[in-house]
Amino acid sequence: MNKISSFDVERIREDFPIFLEKIHGKRLTFLDSGASAQKPRVVLDAVQKAYTETYANVHRGVHYLSQQSTELYEGARKTICAHMNARSVDEIIFTKNATEAFNLVAQSYGQLALKPGDEILLSYLEHHSNIVPWQLIAERTGAVVKAVPIDSNGEFLMEEYLKLLSPKTKIVAVTHISNAIGTIVPVKEVIKAARDKGIPVLIDGSQAMPHMKVDVQDLDADFYVFTGHKVFAPTGVGVLYAKNDWLEKMPPYQGGGDMINRVTIEKTTYATGHSKFEAGTPPIVQAIGLGVAIDYVNSIGFDAIAAHEQALLSYATEELTKLNAVRIIGQAKNKAPIISFEMEGVHPHDIGTIVDQAGVAIRVGHHCAQPLMDFFDVPSTARASFAFYNNTADVDALIDSLKMVQEFFG
Amino acid sequence: MMDDLKELYQEVILDHSKHPRNFGKLDPCSNEAHGYNPLCGDTLNVFLNLSSDDVIEEILFDGKGCAISIASASLMSEIVKGKTKVQASTLFDKFHDLVTKEDSTLLEDDDMERLVVLAGVKQFPMRVKCATLSWHALQSALNGNKDTTTE
Ligand SMILES: Cc1ncc(COP(=O)(O)O)c(C=O)c1O
Repeated sequence: MNKISSFDVERIREDFPIFLEKIHGKRLTFLDSGASAQKPRVVLDAVQKAYTETYANVHRGVHYLSQQSTELYEGARKTICAHMNARSVDEIIFTKNATEAFNLVAQSYGQLALKPGDEILLSYLEHHSNIVPWQLIAERTGAVVKAVPIDSNGEFLMEEYLKLLSPKTKIVAVTHISNAIGTIVPVKEVIKAARDKGIPVLIDGSQAMPHMKVDVQDLDADFYVFTGHKVFAPTGVGVLYAKNDWLEKMPPYQGGGDMINRVTIEKTTYATGHSKFEAGTPPIVQAIGLGVAIDYVNSIGFDAIAAHEQALLSYATEELTKLNAVRIIGQAKNKAPIISFEMEGVHPHDIGTIVDQAGVAIRVGHHCAQPLMDFFDVPSTARASFAFYNNTADVDALIDSLKMVQEFFG
Repeated sequence: MMDDLKELYQEVILDHSKHPRNFGKLDPCSNEAHGYNPLCGDTLNVFLNLSSDDVIEEILFDGKGCAISIASASLMSEIVKGKTKVQASTLFDKFHDLVTKEDSTLLEDDDMERLVVLAGVKQFPMRVKCATLSWHALQSALNGNKDTTTE
């Protein structure tokens, strides 16, 4: 892939065929990448190619196509391993999404380590997918779920976290970036504090991977989770990074083909490393697409991406603030390009419907983060979330469409 | 584009959403139900006093919602007051057709003529549940159930 030397957003937009589409006859203003990101042509082509030229099941054939397919699938694992700076490909498990990764860790680690009265420590910034699986295992084991509070800016409260860490805490599971309000949590500090007490930490990197370079060894995370479709890859694939020590100790999550060493009717011995946790035919082509997507973002480079996105975030925040009666929810010091807002007297659903008619796609609702919405005492918000393919014209279109909303309801 | 929007957010709707009629809590009441839309997290509560012969003598509603759901609840509250349980159910069926079926011309009575302002949601399939939330809650209240969701 060609290295894109300087950041040229218009050039990058050409990599995404979706931007040729007209929405209600209008230019597409896509500000919902936080929910799922658009796909560059290289990913679409790789998916097409994997199905048309090299497709076969993986790990189970000696024939040519099966070997090709296995090489590509395992190649994607290597790409991700290098990208996250994991120690070994054994620590990279493909799941179907982030949700499945949380359920895997909750069930499997929970079965290994949780006893009645033990505590699972989350935060108020979590997506439902990093809450509900813990509640399920808590119910089964008698463990208790606790959550680190936030302040009115949406900032993770480190002092409260340190107070909540106790000898009873058996796992900490917090998000790297809030999908609802964009807060970047200082996860390195979070991990360090837990590490000092011997408590493992899981980080939900679903919103971090599209915006920043993540080094799991530098963070020293025990588990790091993300979902492919938010990093410009196909749906149907997610990643769980887990330290090998845990993978050795934790029981399998699901049983099936590929995760075994030897099966008799009486007893099965399990495969090791990632294989132990990848039962059944994996999301082969989706994973191949994910590898290509990661190569693609790296070809642009996260320094350039972050600079561009932070400029967009500032511009959008400034322009939104100029609009009367708009209140931004979540004003953390360090934010990803995600802006949640309310408009006085107008419900987010009405905002969403009206701006959509102008071709502006934003998310409205509770963003699968109801504890967070409850904290801010709102049932829902409107949210504009940006990716590196957004430009200032997108911000302007959002602002114009919001003015239209105000005209309607004025 | 503006046409579809103007069709959706007609003056009557905007008026009812900004100044909902029969808004509040009825306490005590004979029947009540909480309608919940899990998609957006909105709730609407419907409170009724039902007479011994099943006539809706009083109706109030409260809650949080979008313009469509509040306007729909407000219009509904005006229209079903004085109706029997059976009449209200029949109206709900007709209303449901109005907001979901392509060519429903069920304007044979005054009530439906008032509700036709909500027909615009047909062009916005994601919003149909907003328009029907209060009706689902009403139905639950009439049937003696407490909670209902639009799912
Ligand atoms: C912060 C965060 N965590 C987890 C998820 C869940 O991702 P998925 O639905 O792909 O499992 C999302 C996406 O909605 C998210 O934003």
